[in-house]
Amino acid sequence: MAEINIQTVRKTFIGSKQPAVNDIDLTVANSEFMVLLGPSGCGKTTLLRMIAGLEYPDSGSILIGGRDVTDLPPRSRGIAMVFQSYAVFPHMTVYDNIAFGLRMHHASKSEISRKVERAADLLQLTPYLKRFSAQLSGGQRQRVAVARAIVMEPSVLLMDEPLSNLDALLRLNFRSELKKLVQEIKTTTIYVTHDQVEALSLGDRIAVMRDGEIVQCGTPMEIYSNPATEFIGGFIGNPPMNFLHGLLQRQNGRARVTVGDHVLEAPTTLAAHDGATVIVGIRAENIQAALQSVPDALAARAEVIEPVGSHMLITAVVGDQRVKVLTRADFPVETNGSLWLQPEWDKLRWFDPETHREIAAK
Amino acid sequence: MRDQVAAGERAIAAPARRARRARKGGTTTAPYLLLVPAALFLAIFFVWPMVQALLLSVRGEHGGFTTANFHRMTGDTYFWPAVRYTLLFIVVILPCQLALALAMALLLQADLKGKGFFLYIWAIPLAISDLASGIVWLAIFSPNGFLNSILHGLGLEENPFPFLTLEHPVSRFLCIVIAETWRATSLVMIILLAGIQVIPKDYAEAAEVFGATAWQRLRYVTLPLLRPSLQVALILRTLAAFQVFAIILALVGRTVPVLAEEAYNWSAVLTNNYIAAAYAVVILVVSIAVTIVYLRALRVRDEQQGL
Ligand SMILES: Nc1ncnc2c1ncn2[C@@H]1O[C@H](COP(=O)(O)OP(=O)(O)O)[C@@H](O)[C@H]1O
Ligand SMILES: [Mg+2]
Repeated sequence: MAEINIQTVRKTFIGSKQPAVNDIDLTVANSEFMVLLGPSGCGKTTLLRMIAGLEYPDSGSILIGGRDVTDLPPRSRGIAMVFQSYAVFPHMTVYDNIAFGLRMHHASKSEISRKVERAADLLQLTPYLKRFSAQLSGGQRQRVAVARAIVMEPSVLLMDEPLSNLDALLRLNFRSELKKLVQEIKTTTIYVTHDQVEALSLGDRIAVMRDGEIVQCGTPMEIYSNPATEFIGGFIGNPPMNFLHGLLQRQNGRARVTVGDHVLEAPTTLAAHDGATVIVGIRAENIQAALQSVPDALAARAEVIEPVGSHMLITAVVGDQRVKVLTRADFPVETNGSLWLQPEWDKLRWFDPETHREIAAK
Repeated sequence: MRDQVAAGERAIAAPARRARRARKGGTTTAPYLLLVPAALFLAIFFVWPMVQALLLSVRGEHGGFTTANFHRMTGDTYFWPAVRYTLLFIVVILPCQLALALAMALLLQADLKGKGFFLYIWAIPLAISDLASGIVWLAIFSPNGFLNSILHGLGLEENPFPFLTLEHPVSRFLCIVIAETWRATSLVMIILLAGIQVIPKDYAEAAEVFGATAWQRLRYVTLPLLRPSLQVALILRTLAAFQVFAIILALVGRTVPVLAEEAYNWSAVLTNNYIAAAYAVVILVVSIAVTIVYLRALRVRDEQQGL
């Protein structure tokens, strides 16, 4: 258990112009579950490997529990890691795999067997201790990789897309198990994933990465409802946030945004952007749909209707822009039927089309 | 003498075949049909000459079966020294080769600058025949060779040192060891390098994260995973070592007798194919025995395979 401090860490691989990790600062609190979320190639693995000591940063430093570990080899950092490929040693039994780290650290025989049995029990591996990796299913191999890491009682647990090689059902089951497990052992954890659902459900906090930088770091709810950039709003959530382009104008000290034929009220603080195009962001579930005309609502046409079980997902056309709307499952709309859409005003988010960043609305 | 190599290759293929059969469970005729051409080829060009050699070794000059050839062979003054030297070379050269080749392969695998250059340099001996390399090393070790010139030039030696003569059995032996190690280590290196390259880097990294030192990673992860390649390299090298003679012939002639050299001598110089066949049979039997020992000792269980 320890706090992790990442201080302006940068890494550029030989032969590439862009840094894979670009001056990242990040603090992970003691016992916190931090998720690094971002599209493939954004530098998540590289950052994780630098924390593990498998990659050496060009500049910056990494502190674990207040100790500068930048120049320490992996084995002196008090970390354990779950690899994306699991890396369960094929020539060792499950028992020997789990015991590997303890043996390398010269634990006593009795301590090893006690700890290995406990870890195996936690991960339901007890019946398989004598088996080899090739005799296990993907899910079991995954458990071995996790058991091998937690048996070390590390101060920091690093996981690189540990669920990405499992099929959908196993992933769902193991996700909740993993959450429970990590809450029990209270280890500071950094978890890498490109799956926003995983990130939202597991993380105490999420650091969203893009092109080697952290674009936003916050609790899942903060990131979901207050995305700092258009990219995050589009990347997180299913369906992604809707973005509508509109023209902002000042009228009597108030800011109004024209979207198609309609006018949306904007916070007065935006009035300074008079004459500028802005992007309005709104989540699908924050739009009320009605079949009859409602004052101040956007007139729309229901282009595609997709029942998704618990809800109905409607793709509506407003002017020449498309909007996803979530309604009750039994909402009686017909394809190409008319719709009136009423965004919840306090859920509207405003982005600058140039920088794609949120325009300060306060 | 090719026969033994063929036997070795078949022996190497055996575990893989066993694994496949075990996995499939069923039997179909297609795999056997596909094996027919290779089996025919082996039968005509390897098994048949092998059988002929076997028959020859137990035939008398006037027909009928006899053990006289073997008696004459073992009674020959050169036989036991040849056995001794052959085994001695294997025992000394093989570990040197393995250790060197492993070090070279590991160095090439590490991300070092100019490793492509080293790979080419280290692979050169592969392209040189054993007789040619024998002659190269003769040019180095002979009394007026390169080594003596250098020693003289450095002022370390007044008179040329006769490295290869009878009076200096140790230096003579070492020269052969050096030459043969130089000649055949590249093959072992290539085999081990290929083996190392298919081991995913994740294993070594996982070991590193979990506290293994460089030596422990080699000992507990890389070497065990490299076992199939080590097995192939060991078998190929040992079998080849029973057949070595051109390089020794070139360096010291028959003053250091080895089995293959004796077989050649009986056949080509003394034109007695019966005794030559007896030597060939001895080499064959020992080769097969050694191969079996290796296969058992280094066996990789099916469930431990699959990286
Ligand atoms: N060993 C490497 N050598 C060169 N480039 C690399 C290496 N590892 C990763 N990269 C590059 O660095 C960037 C970030 O990679 P990575 O950290 O693996 O991304 P992620 O894990 O987010 O998918 C990518 O553009 C990738 O191509
Ligand atoms: Mg990755």
